[in-house]
Amino acid sequence: MPAISSKSVPPSVAGVDRDLDMSAHSAAIQARGLDFFYGEHQVLFNVSLTVPERSVTALIGPSGCGKSTFLRTLNRMNDLIEGSHCVGEILVEGQNIMDPAVDVVLLRKHVGMVFQKSTPFPKSIFDNVAYGPRVAGEKNRSVLADLVESCLKKSALWDEVKDRLTTSAMALSGGQQQRLCIARTLATNPHIILMDEPASALDPASTDRIENLIGELCANYTIVIVTHNMQQASRVSHQTAFFYKGILVETGPTMKIFTGPSEKQTEDYVTGRFG
Amino acid sequence: MMTQARPSWASRHISRRHEKLIQAALFLCAALSVLTTAAIILVLLTNAVYAPGVKTAFFERVSLWEFLTGMHWKPVDGDAGRFGIIPLLCGTLMVAVIASLVSVPAGLGAAIYMSEYAAPREREFLKPMLEILAGIPSVVYGFFALKFITPWILKPVFSLFEMNLQIFNTLSAGIVVGIMVTPLIASLSEDVIRSVPRSLREAAYALGSTRFDVSVRVVVPAALSGILAAFLLAFSRAVGETMAVTIAGGQQAIATLNPLQGAQTMTGFMVHASTGDSAADSISRMSIYAVGITLFAITLTINVISGWILRRYREVYQ
Repeated sequence: MPAISSKSVPPSVAGVDRDLDMSAHSAAIQARGLDFFYGEHQVLFNVSLTVPERSVTALIGPSGCGKSTFLRTLNRMNDLIEGSHCVGEILVEGQNIMDPAVDVVLLRKHVGMVFQKSTPFPKSIFDNVAYGPRVAGEKNRSVLADLVESCLKKSALWDEVKDRLTTSAMALSGGQQQRLCIARTLATNPHIILMDEPASALDPASTDRIENLIGELCANYTIVIVTHNMQQASRVSHQTAFFYKGILVETGPTMKIFTGPSEKQTEDYVTGRFG
Repeated sequence: MMTQARPSWASRHISRRHEKLIQAALFLCAALSVLTTAAIILVLLTNAVYAPGVKTAFFERVSLWEFLTGMHWKPVDGDAGRFGIIPLLCGTLMVAVIASLVSVPAGLGAAIYMSEYAAPREREFLKPMLEILAGIPSVVYGFFALKFITPWILKPVFSLFEMNLQIFNTLSAGIVVGIMVTPLIASLSEDVIRSVPRSLREAAYALGSTRFDVSVRVVVPAALSGILAAFLLAFSRAVGETMAVTIAGGQQAIATLNPLQGAQTMTGFMVHASTGDSAADSISRMSIYAVGITLFAITLTINVISGWILRRYREVYQ
């Protein structure tokens, strides 16, 4: 008997078909036996998770459960944190990114990231989007212009900013800044996009736009999103992973996690009994 | 028994008077710097522009135009005296520009290294080292320029090209002044660079940036206003630097832009003339005040511009 009626789960956004059979998708990311430490303090315990390509995987769980830390291991962002280390294996499209020989600069172009706080650089809108390609060595002005336009279109920001590409990105609203950050991430031509609570600082209308955008993007990109908003997780994801105290408690199709989870802890969390 | 302290109105009264005294003393401390500045300006003005009483101020004898455009500086009394500031200005600006050429890259490079590259332990070592550099008396720098940089570094280099380097030269003076102000630029720039939010750096790294990309494309532009202000402050310090340039730059007031020659700076002249024995109301003595007020005007202008840049280009982070 399902623990929760499927009627209580909100409809998914356009582009996210929650009944999609993920087994047909090959794995974009496979984490195996991941342990993570900040100094002596262990925050992830033996986490194993497979992310199918061209789909959305939501990571949920209460604050401090390790979901953001896990997300940040996928592009080795945690390397920047002094005194942290990680044990285990993460295969991104078959290649172990924990290998010391991996060039993190190339990895991060391939695995883009959008943060909770929108972080436009203090530059023009154009220069923000063109940042990644420029760092990668692209100098041709018309190539950059085409790229900026296509990325801003993909992030549904083009119509709002096409007449003021040279003005400072700092003048955009919070929601626009976040879509700019998504455009900027798309410009490095990643296969995978990691999103760390991308809408938690935004108003409902802007949140809506970001969620719809995720629905559009998942046709071409693999997306892993951390969210503390259960409704959002159920609207935008195909697969949901529930973390609790550094342990990956349960992973499954989003509909199953929200209507008939196997674990008691998962059920308590998604029904709002704790967290 | 009877030692039970009764609430004393008198003691309260005293403590209130105490408070007032402390407040007044602290106010005097704060007022001291303002009063000193005002006194300095007053002394400069009454000797340079308008002198009440029997003395005649400098600009009452030499026209401002002649002073600002004259190509000859010969501060002697009588008909032979020439009071054009251009030679001194040349000396001062050359030293300051050479000092900037040395200190801007070195100081900014050090700041970037300390904030973006160095491990915490390295930074703990580097910062005090820079402060030691800043603590060396400038007269020592002057001799370092005169007795080491000129004969042992510059001389061999320029003799390779058969160029004539004088014993006193603005190049060596500029180099040591540059070394002197490098810690100032490094320390001020490092402060503003470190105040760039970590989230901005992470965003840049997440887009596939190397450390160098993050430093020069994101962090430095974000901190630019503060860095520019640091440059200007250092320039202003270099303009006002006295001892090192007096020793290493020589005492010849000639209008030249050749850094291999000696050239007296404005500060150098003031030191030289103050220790001379000319009469207190003679024009040669009064010229010190005219040069002093020019120096003051230059550094004040630079400091005001630096403040303006700080406000104008300050980026707002939420």
